[in-house]
Amino acid sequence: MTAIPRLIRLPRAMPRMPILVSVAAIWLLAMIIIAFGSDILRPYDITQMDLSARLSAPGTAGHWLGTDELGRDVLSRLLQSIRVSLLIAFGATILSAVFGTTLGFLAAQFRGGVEHTILVLADFQAALPFLILALAVLAFFGSSMTLLVCLMGFYGWERYARIARGLAISAGAQGYASAVVQLGARPSRVYLRHILPNVASTLIVSMTLTFPEVILMESGLSFLGLGVQPPESSLGNMVGFGRDYLTRAPWIMLAPAFVIMLTTLAISLCGDWLRDRLDPTLR
Amino acid sequence: MMLLEAHGLVRTYLTRKSMFTPPEAVRAVDGVDLVLAPGEALGLVGESGSGKSTLGRMLLGIDPPDAGEIRFNGAPMPALGTASWRKLRAQMQMVFQDPLAALDRRLPIAEQIAEPLAIHGIGTASERNDRARSLMAQVGLRVDQAGRFPHELSGGQRQRVVIARALATSPRLLVCDEPVSALDVSIQAQVVNLLRDLQDRHGIAMVFISHDLKVVRNICDRVAVMYLGRIVEEASSDDIFSSPRHPYTRALAASVPIPGARLDPSTLLQGEPPNPARRPEGCAFHPRCTLMRPGCAGAVPRLLPTTPTRRSACPVVAA
Repeated sequence: MTAIPRLIRLPRAMPRMPILVSVAAIWLLAMIIIAFGSDILRPYDITQMDLSARLSAPGTAGHWLGTDELGRDVLSRLLQSIRVSLLIAFGATILSAVFGTTLGFLAAQFRGGVEHTILVLADFQAALPFLILALAVLAFFGSSMTLLVCLMGFYGWERYARIARGLAISAGAQGYASAVVQLGARPSRVYLRHILPNVASTLIVSMTLTFPEVILMESGLSFLGLGVQPPESSLGNMVGFGRDYLTRAPWIMLAPAFVIMLTTLAISLCGDWLRDRLDPTLR
Repeated sequence: MMLLEAHGLVRTYLTRKSMFTPPEAVRAVDGVDLVLAPGEALGLVGESGSGKSTLGRMLLGIDPPDAGEIRFNGAPMPALGTASWRKLRAQMQMVFQDPLAALDRRLPIAEQIAEPLAIHGIGTASERNDRARSLMAQVGLRVDQAGRFPHELSGGQRQRVVIARALATSPRLLVCDEPVSALDVSIQAQVVNLLRDLQDRHGIAMVFISHDLKVVRNICDRVAVMYLGRIVEEASSDDIFSSPRHPYTRALAASVPIPGARLDPSTLLQGEPPNPARRPEGCAFHPRCTLMRPGCAGAVPRLLPTTPTRRSACPVVAA
C-alpha cells in the first residue's frame, strides 16, 4: 500500500506553481506578448487624433480605455508604452546586473587595488544624485533610446557589485569556492560554475527591486521632458502627461499606473518564486 | 626521494585590535621543518591555535609561506594560482573539516566527485561519470545516491563525498584537516577506517591534522606535536604515545581519558595556550611546563634528534 505513492513520484524538476505566481507569470507573459506585438495589437496609431472624441470615458465604443486630451486612443498608447517601458526596464536591469556582478567578482578575485577602485566607484555612484547626472547627460547628448537604456543601466549597478563582491569573498574564505580552487580550477570556472549559481538567488531578488525603480526613474525623466520624447510614449511619460487631467479624466493616468503596479508586483512574485525554485535546499 | 620536504616554514599574520593600534604580527607557523616519504601517514597534533591547519595549507601551497621552502617530489612548489600550481593540484588534495561547507550545495554529488577530472581534462564525460561511480563505491556510497545534493546526505556521507572527490585524480598526497572532528563519534570510526583502507590500498602519503590523539594514533605512522607554531616533538606514533619525552607531549598523552581511571591532575595542562602574538621568551611552553628550569626562558630550544627515530625540542628531557 505504502509503495504506491513512491511509484508515481513526480519528476524532481516538475514545478508546482502557486496560483498567485501563475497569475503573475501569465501577466508577465501577456506584457511580453504585448511588447512584441503592439504594432498588430493596437487598434489605432498612437498619434492618431480624434478631436471630436476628446477625453471620452473608458467604455466608449471604439475607445475601450477612453481617449486623452487630444482624442488619442489610450489603449493604443498604453500598448505602445508597455513595449517602450519594458524594453528600457529589462535592458537597464540586465545591463546593471551584468555590469555590477562582473565588477563585484573582479573585486573579489583581485582584491587590493582593483577592489579599492571598484568600491570607490560604487561609493561615488551611490553618493551621486542620479537624476541630476541623468539630466546632464541627456541634456548634452540628446535623448535616444540607446542612451536612455545605458544610462538606466548604470543606475543600481553598485548594489550588484557590493552584493556579488561580499558573497564571492565569503564563498572563497570558507567553503565550496576555496575547495574548488584547491582542486585546481581556473577562476573563470570557480566564478561562473560555482559562485554565480550560488549567489544568483540574491542577485535575482535585487533585480526584482531594480526593475520597478528603473520604470519609475524613466517616468521621472520622461516627466521632466528628458526621457522618452513625444510623440513616442512610455508608461511614465503617460502618467506624467495624464497628471494634468487627473480630476477630469483620471483614466489617462490610471491605466499606465495600474500597468506599472501590476508588472512590478508580478516581477517580485515571480522573482521570489524563482529564487526558491533555484535553491535545491528549499525543495 | 622524499615526496614532500619543508624547510624553515614561517607564516605571519597581521592582526589589529582596533583601528588605532599598530598591527601585531602573529607567527602562526614559526620555522617548521618536515619531510614526508611516499605512502607515509604523518599526524599533526596540537591545541587550537598551534598552527597545524596553517601548516597543512602551506604544505599544499594554498597558503604561501613568508619564509622557507616546500619541495614536492623534488621540485619547488610553484606560486599560488599559476598554471603549474593548478596542474599540481591533481597530485595533492585536501579533505576539509566541514564537508557541507566544502561542497557546492547546488550540484549533485556525482558531478562534484567528477569535477577534479573535468578540471584537469582527464577522460571523456562518460569515463568521468564511470570513475565517479566507482569512487562512490570505493568510499561506501550507494550508486543510486549519485543525483543527491549535499544537504540530502548525512554528515558522514558528505565527508565520504569530499574524500571521493579528493581521490578522483589519484593524488600522491592527501592533507586531511580535522576530517572527523565535525562528525558523530560512531561515524568518526567509519571515516577513519575508510581513510586507513584507502591509504593502505593506494599508498597515498597523508598529513593528518587532528586534536584527537586516539584517531591520530590509529591512522598515522609518525606524529609531529605542535605548540605555538613550532614542532616540539616528532616520533613514530607508537613511541610518542607510549613514551612521550617532551613535557607538552606528556601532558597531551596524559589527557587521553582511560575508562574507569581518574586523570592525574598533576600531569594535566593548566591554563590556555598563550596569545601567539605575545610568545613567551625562550621555550614558548615554559610558563605551563612542569619541568621548568631557569634556562628555559632564555634561548629557544631547537628540535634535535634524541634517538634515531625521535626529534625533541626540550633540553631538560634530552639531558
